[in-house]
Amino acid sequence: MTTPQHSAVAGPPGSAATGQSAIRFAGVHKNYLSHGDTVPAVKRMDLAIAQGEFFSLLGPSGCGKTTTMRMIAGFEEPSGGKVYLDGKDVTGVAPNKRDVNMVFQSYALFPHLNTYQNVAFGLERKKVSKAEIKKRVGEMLEIVSLTGMEKRAPKEMSGGQQQRVALARALVNHPRALLLDEPLGALDLKLRQQMQIELKRIQREVGITFVYVTHDQGEALTMSDRIAVMNAGVIEQLGSPREIYERPATRFVAGFIGTSNIVEGHVERTENGLALVSYTAQDRVVVPVGSAVRVGDKVEVSIRPEKIDMHRGVPPVTSTGGSVLSGVVNEVVYHGTSTNYTVATAAGADFTVFDQNASNAEDLADRGDRVYLTWAPQHSYMIGV
Amino acid sequence: MSQTTLERPAPAAEPAHAARPKRRLGGGTLLFIYTWLVILWLIVPIFVMIAFSFNDTKGRYNQEWQGFTFKWYGKIFEIEDLTKALWTSLIIAVISSLLSGALGTGIGYALGRYRFRGSGTLNLIMFATISSPELIMGASLLSLFVSLALGLGAVTITIAHVMFSISFVATIVRARVVTLDRSIEEAAADLGASAWTTFWKVTFPIILPAVFSGVLLAFALSIDDFVVTNFTAGSVTTFPLWIWGSTRVGLPPQVNVMGTLIFAVGVLIAVITNIRSRSGKRG
Repeated sequence: MTTPQHSAVAGPPGSAATGQSAIRFAGVHKNYLSHGDTVPAVKRMDLAIAQGEFFSLLGPSGCGKTTTMRMIAGFEEPSGGKVYLDGKDVTGVAPNKRDVNMVFQSYALFPHLNTYQNVAFGLERKKVSKAEIKKRVGEMLEIVSLTGMEKRAPKEMSGGQQQRVALARALVNHPRALLLDEPLGALDLKLRQQMQIELKRIQREVGITFVYVTHDQGEALTMSDRIAVMNAGVIEQLGSPREIYERPATRFVAGFIGTSNIVEGHVERTENGLALVSYTAQDRVVVPVGSAVRVGDKVEVSIRPEKIDMHRGVPPVTSTGGSVLSGVVNEVVYHGTSTNYTVATAAGADFTVFDQNASNAEDLADRGDRVYLTWAPQHSYMIGV
Repeated sequence: MSQTTLERPAPAAEPAHAARPKRRLGGGTLLFIYTWLVILWLIVPIFVMIAFSFNDTKGRYNQEWQGFTFKWYGKIFEIEDLTKALWTSLIIAVISSLLSGALGTGIGYALGRYRFRGSGTLNLIMFATISSPELIMGASLLSLFVSLALGLGAVTITIAHVMFSISFVATIVRARVVTLDRSIEEAAADLGASAWTTFWKVTFPIILPAVFSGVLLAFALSIDDFVVTNFTAGSVTTFPLWIWGSTRVGLPPQVNVMGTLIFAVGVLIAVITNIRSRSGKRG
C-alpha cells in the first residue's frame, strides 16, 4: 500500500505556514451502546486538519463521518482519545465553549427570528457591541449575497437562501473551523452545483478551515483540498482528490469513488517494478508493484473505465508491454457524452469501459462482439486487500 | 450580487406551505346538509344563552321570550353573591392556569425531549388523570384534603384544578416538542448559548403557541369546573357552584349576560390567535 499517510499532517500547499493543525484527533474512538452491546461508530482515529484547508469526510451512511464531525463540535464525546483545536485539548469541553461553528443538514435556522437576528445570534452571545454586530452581520450577508434579506423569516426564503443564512450565521463568528454536515443534501441538482462553487469561493474569501461531511463523491472531489474516505468507522484513505481517484488504496475506495474494474490474479513474473499476471497465452494484466510483491503472490488490480481502449476483432499490438484482455460485449448503454460497455473478460471479471463520444459517430462495438481491451501499465493500480 | 442566479428554479420557488388543492367530495348536497346540521347542533344552545341575555323577563324564570332589552347588561353586577362567585372563579382560573402552564410546560418539555427514569410511568399517569372520571377524582381529593386536615376553600380548589389541568398542558407541549428539530437547539449551543439561554431564547419562543393553548385550555377547564370544585370548595362558592345552587329558584338573566361575555372573550381570543398564526405563516 502506498497511501501517502504522511500527508495527513501536512497542510495543503500555501497554508502550512502556521505549522499547527486547526483540528487534531489523537487516538480518538467512539462506541455506542445499543441494546447492551458496544457498537463502534469510529475506530481509533488519528487525524490532522490544517489551517485554512477544505477537508472532506466522505463515506456511505453509517460510516462514522457525522460522528467524527460531531466530536469536533462537541455534540459527541469520544469514548477515548483526545480532540485538539488549535493545539488546545478540548476533549470534554461543551459545544458552546468551542470555537468552531456548524452548518446543519436541516440548516436548523431559528424559525422565530429573521435573517438578521439569526446571523447576529452568535455575536450577541459573545456580548459584541450592537454597532459591531450590525457591521459584521452586514458584511457577512454581503459575502453570502443576501443583502436586503435582513427582515425575511426563514420560511419566506428558498432552500438555497436558507442554506446561505445558515452559512452566514456560522461564519460571522470567525470560528477556527467551520463544520458542514451534508449542507447541500436538500437542494436540487442545479442549485447544488452552484452552491458548490459558491462555497469554495466563500472559503477562499474568509480563509477558514472547512470540514465537510458528505456521501456525494462528486461534491467531495470538486471542492476538497483533501478527502478522508471513511468506511465502517475507519479512514480507508486520506489524500487529495486526484490521489484518491487515480490511486484508490483499497477495494472499498476503488468501488466507492467512481467506477472501478477489479481483477484478481497471481503474479507470474516481476520485472522493472512491473508485475505480470497472465490468464491465457494472450490475456494479461501488467501492474506497477513495490519490491514487496513476489512471484506467486495474489494481487488485486484496479483499472478506471475511462483509461481502457477497446478494439473490435483485431488483436492489438502488444509490444508496448501494456495489459490486454479479450472479452465479449454484454451490454451497450448510450449516455450522451459517452457510451458505456460491459465486457465479460477472459480474466473472469466483468469490465466497464467508457468511450467518449468525441468523433466516432458509431458505437465501437455491439452486443455479442468479441473485443480486446488494452491499457497502459501506469493505469493499472494494485489495491490493498 | 449573484442572488438571482442562485434563486431556485421557478417551479420550486412556490412556498412549501401553499394551499393544497382540495379534492371535491362526491355527494356534495348530502355533505352540505350534514355539515349544517352539525353546525346547528353546536350553535343552538349557545345562541339560546345569548338570546336570553337580552330577554326582558319580568318574573323569576328566564325561560320565555318577553321582548328585547339591554338592561341586564347594565345590571350585570347587581347580584352581589353572583359577582363574588364570578371573581372567585376568575382568580382561581388565572392562578391555576398559570401554575399548570408553568409546571406542565416543564413536564411536557422533559417528556418530549428526553427519556429518563420514570418517564414511562409519568406518561401513563398523565393519561390516567385525563381519562379518569371527575367524580372519582373529586371524591378522592376530598378524602385526601380531609385526611391532611387542609381547610377546604380557594386553596384546595386551586390545588385540585392545577392537578387535573397539568396533564393537558404537558400533553400539548410534549406534542410540540416532539416535532421540534433537535438540531435547532444544538445550533444555539453551537453558537455559544448556554442551556438556560438556549431554552429562553430559542426553545421557549418556538413552543410558545403550544404553551399558550395549554394555558387557555387550563383556564377553560378551571372556570367552568363543577364536579371537582364541588368536592373541594368547602364554604367557597364559585361561578358554576352559584349557578347550580340557583337553578332551583330560577336563573337570573345576569348569568346569561356573564356567559355571553365569557363566550365572546373566548371567541375573540380564538380569532386573534387564528389571525396571528396565519399572518405568522406569511410573516
